[in-house]
Amino acid sequence: MSTAVQHEPGAAHPPHPTYHEVTRDIAATLGNPRRGYFILMGFVLTVLAAGGLALLYQIRWGLGVAGYRPPVMWGVYITTFVFWVGIAHSGTLISAILYLFRSAWRTAVYRTAEAMTVFAVMTAGLFPLIHVGRLWYAYWLIPYPNQRGLWVNFKSPLIWDVFAVSTYFTVSTLFLILGLVPDIAAIRDKATGWRKKLYRITALGWRGTDQQWRHYTKAYLYMAALATPLVLSVHSVVSWDFAMSIVPGWHATIFAPYFVAGAIYSGVAMVITLIVPLRKVFKLERYITVLHFENLSKLLLLTGSIVGYAYGMEYFMAWYSANPFERASFWNRAFGDYWWATWTMILCNGVLPLLLWFPKVRKSIPALFVMSLFVNLGMWFERFVIIVVSLSHEYEPWAMDHYTPSWVDWTILAGSFAWFFMWFLLFAKNFPTVSITEVKEIIPMPRRRKEGHV
Amino acid sequence: MSATAAAPQGVLAAFHHVDDAAHAIRDLKEMGYRDFTVYTPVPNHEIMDAVGHRISPVRTWTLVGGLSGAALGMGMAIWMSLDYPLIVGGKPIPSVIPYVVIMFELTILLGALSTLTGLVFHAIRNRRAAAFDPHFTDDQIGVFVPCPPERRDAVQGLLRSSGAEEVRIAA
Repeated sequence: MSTAVQHEPGAAHPPHPTYHEVTRDIAATLGNPRRGYFILMGFVLTVLAAGGLALLYQIRWGLGVAGYRPPVMWGVYITTFVFWVGIAHSGTLISAILYLFRSAWRTAVYRTAEAMTVFAVMTAGLFPLIHVGRLWYAYWLIPYPNQRGLWVNFKSPLIWDVFAVSTYFTVSTLFLILGLVPDIAAIRDKATGWRKKLYRITALGWRGTDQQWRHYTKAYLYMAALATPLVLSVHSVVSWDFAMSIVPGWHATIFAPYFVAGAIYSGVAMVITLIVPLRKVFKLERYITVLHFENLSKLLLLTGSIVGYAYGMEYFMAWYSANPFERASFWNRAFGDYWWATWTMILCNGVLPLLLWFPKVRKSIPALFVMSLFVNLGMWFERFVIIVVSLSHEYEPWAMDHYTPSWVDWTILAGSFAWFFMWFLLFAKNFPTVSITEVKEIIPMPRRRKEGHV
Repeated sequence: MSATAAAPQGVLAAFHHVDDAAHAIRDLKEMGYRDFTVYTPVPNHEIMDAVGHRISPVRTWTLVGGLSGAALGMGMAIWMSLDYPLIVGGKPIPSVIPYVVIMFELTILLGALSTLTGLVFHAIRNRRAAAFDPHFTDDQIGVFVPCPPERRDAVQGLLRSSGAEEVRIAA
């Protein structure tokens, strides 16, 4: 894979911009927003308010207003939780794993991806709280000394998830901030007014001295080395929330790699969804080129193929295991009440990425943008199918029932998108969405003499 | 910013070319200067080689943090389950295999927190008062040499001859 995505970054757009041009062009993306930004922000805040009101309504009247109906007691909220945790993953893949692989093209897109990670985990983290109903008791998930001498059950995958997601949130936030510090210092030295004050504080006294870089580069490397196994573990743990239960359709050893690939697949799609408009609005065509999109789409193709393979393997194992419950569960997925959800997922995630075998598709930004939207639609439905459809069709026919999400579920789902985009919009206008420092790093510094590493 | 106010007297040079700057740093070291400060917009191997720092001790912080996290994660899960025993089928109460997940997550968490603490600690400890110019975070390499007025000329001459675009007295 790494050889396929590692191209010379300069090949597509000679000549290189100078360091000064990089600072200037990326600093130009900040500053006072225009009207379109406020209109968009107003829309996002309205949707967020609707989601907030739906949540208040649910808090007032209880979880019954969500569509839950036995046996389906995990519904849209858990689906959406897994969806957003999944979105987060490609950010860390691009920022940490490709960093360790010394993949130069990542520099132009990693900041957007990393910010997306943090905001997606912030969104995902809300859903277990919404789902538990009495969210003021959510702190019971954390082990703390209490009068009754109770401790959490460390054998439960749900507790693993608490540790995994909170670690992931902490580490990815710190990693984002760590990468931002030298960039903020670069804009600080150009900014004026209240922004200068903001950046002076947030740059944490960064000046790029030899001592600072000496410790910084090592710290960054170790953070990347720690984030790499972390990202793979987090979605594995999320998958074990399901795979550890003996529910037909869940209890499979393929779940961890299947979920990790699916997570990266949806996350890469979200990166494409975000950077296509970003590049256009911020006029960053010189930095985010067709080559970057092509590399991202190769990642899509790779992970999409793994996901497609996992779909096929799930069905194969259901048949091959000769387990009647497993077989019935998968038959129900494809031809039962929820056939439309299953086929949406198979078409969007298993079939659609095959178009990426054509170089023309990989190089067409509009095609990739449209595809990225469908991928995320498909990935939401994948989690819906795995969670809801499996639960609705377990063992005993008398215990089976149909689940329909209520308007509260849908409104909170829409609110989660608004929450995510609110943070992203705030970020995009106040902090550099393309890393100034790392884009400069792949441009060779000017030399007076030809060559000669003494 | 307070560092600027307290900056000692010295000479501040700005370079455009990385090889010039590396050359100047080597010459300064040969003349016996050790307490100069180099500013670069990006980390650069040539400059770092010329400055010649030992490898950053941040890695020890990562190792110690990670190992403490591992010990804490496993220890916490075992101790807490013994403190609140849930006996299932007469099996031993602590179950090491699922606790590996907790151990792993705390290894990463404490390793990362400790790495950043180490970074902040060493960056602050090795901070030197020095003059600064905003161009150094943009596209220039800066070298600040603290020196008493009587040695200024020698240092300025050295920096100029190695190719500095701008050399000035910073006080």
